[in-house]
Amino acid sequence: MDTEITLRVDGAAHPLTVDTRTTLLDALRERLRNTSPKKGCDHGQCGACTVLLDGRRVNSCLVLAVTVGDAEVTTSDGLAAGGQPHPLHRSFVERDAFQCGYCTPGQVCSAAGVIEEARAGWPSAVTADLTAADAELTDAEIRERMSGNLCRCAAYANIVPAVADVAQASGVRR
Amino acid sequence: MREFRYAAATDPAAAVALLAGEPSGAFLGGGTNLVDLMKLGVATPDVLVDVRTLTSREVTDAADGGLRIGAGVPNADLAADRRVRERYPVLAQALLAAASGQLRNRATTAGNLLQRTRCGYFTDVTRPCNKRSPGSGCGALRGLHRNHAVLGQTLDGPGTCVATQPSDMAVAMVALDAVVQVLGPDGARSIPIGELHRLPGDDASRDTTLRHGELVTAVDLPPMDMPSRYRKVRDRASFAFALVSVAAALRVEDGVVADVRLALGGVAHKPWRAAVAEGALRGRPATEESFAAAADAELAAATPLPGNGYKVPLARNVVVRTLLELTGGLA
Ligand SMILES: Cc1cc2nc3c(=O)[nH]c(=O)nc-3n(C[C@H](O)[C@H](O)[C@H](O)COP(=O)(O)OP(=O)(O)OC[C@H]3O[C@@H](n4cnc5c(N)ncnc54)[C@H](O)[C@@H]3O)c2cc1C
Ligand code: SF4
Ligand code: FES
Ligand code: FES
Repeated sequence: MDTEITLRVDGAAHPLTVDTRTTLLDALRERLRNTSPKKGCDHGQCGACTVLLDGRRVNSCLVLAVTVGDAEVTTSDGLAAGGQPHPLHRSFVERDAFQCGYCTPGQVCSAAGVIEEARAGWPSAVTADLTAADAELTDAEIRERMSGNLCRCAAYANIVPAVADVAQASGVRR
Repeated sequence: MREFRYAAATDPAAAVALLAGEPSGAFLGGGTNLVDLMKLGVATPDVLVDVRTLTSREVTDAADGGLRIGAGVPNADLAADRRVRERYPVLAQALLAAASGQLRNRATTAGNLLQRTRCGYFTDVTRPCNKRSPGSGCGALRGLHRNHAVLGQTLDGPGTCVATQPSDMAVAMVALDAVVQVLGPDGARSIPIGELHRLPGDDASRDTTLRHGELVTAVDLPPMDMPSRYRKVRDRASFAFALVSVAAALRVEDGVVADVRLALGGVAHKPWRAAVAEGALRGRPATEESFAAAADAELAAATPLPGNGYKVPLARNVVVRTLLELTGGLA
């Protein structure tokens, strides 16, 4: 059933007519030709489709486009404001944190979310003291918080330091 | 995916009224379970009534010293709430041990409670499954059931089902004696959470005692003054459903169990309140021997399947270890 929506993506508004069944991921890739979010599993299991919705990381494959409303969608593309790579983009390159690169835009969006969540003091399943005022992004914390992003090339050993470098620069790592 | 109409209501009462006239419609929360099941052809609603932003996204202090959790509160926000972390650590730990950061940002409290089983026959429309297609049989009974139930299953007849309820959050809420607030076509009612999920009985298609069109509006947590914790055992360290989990709270006075709450996840069609074990523990010395005897008393009722017998000793050991941790007897 066709419905008219306007998606706000990476700073631009796009009026669209979509079938109600269209996911945000398919709307971005197939309709807006923004192929930075990737389709890995289409079932919330791999994280390749991760985007930021009003700044919070979500799996765009499980979000129906009609439910987005006027929330701001940020893709890995959009993190490179003005064509300038985001610090996470740079650190993934510097740390050699990928091989094929298919999972990378999702990893980058997820990592951006992880750093914001840590800044807000959110704990994780490996946080020893749930009541601590601040969150620290140790390697164990990064591994746990990034567990929703799979990498078939298994670049994990380099993804952790890539995220840690930016966490350090953002003041959420000790 | 079947075609559907998308309807946004202005308030909870309007959402209830909308769905009341749509026998094949469904409420939509974060969609992380429902949209998945729609893609698989397991759920085929013809109307979705979006309630994610309609129901409250706030956690508020209740007059009795407890908390009221709006149905729309995302799992991530609930886990991060200071009051939950300080007063209900069992709930924060259960939430943080579930799914992924992305899913927890989108998933709502009501949707989490009402998520459907992960049984692989249920999610595959080419297989027999009494829950999805009543009368077709239970593929898991003689098939792959390593992660299925060991307690309270229906092992023969039309209701045959050996599935587990997958929510970690619900197990913690059962141990906390939460109360679910519901708004239906006939008005509002309160359901003690232990009476929300049901055993398969003679009808595996119904996960809960909710009637069609009833909207979960909030979950109330009574005050809690006992130390509590959640322990989950899974196939990998993160981002996996429970094989077995335990939500426990314990108060020890003069070396004796003064009060205890115990619920098990991953073992039944509903979060399993271990009432037998609780009864066996009250007034007993808070020792490893008492804990093991209580766990054994609870699990005496277990009827494991050929492929999941490991869950019985696993549940026993996790109960003992979690209670020992709560006594401070284990680091
Ligand atoms: C890969 C993956 C891994 C996961 N791992 C875990 C895990 O380890 N532990 C765990 O506990 N969970 C896990 N989950 C499940 C996740 O927690 C649920 O999908 C989520 O909590 C559902 O919430 P939602 O708001 O998205 O629900 P939805 O998908 O929107 O809805 C679920 C059900 O609830 C109904 N509903 C929604 N809101 C209301 C309401 N207000 N009133 C009445 N009915 C309503 C819907 O009609 C639907 O039937 C996992 C999910 C995925 C995809
Ligand atoms: S265990 Fe339940 S859900 Fe799984 S196949 Fe059997 S009837 Fe279906
Ligand atoms: S494509 Fe969305 S999580 Fe895999
Ligand atoms: S770099 Fe290939 S999947 Fe991650």
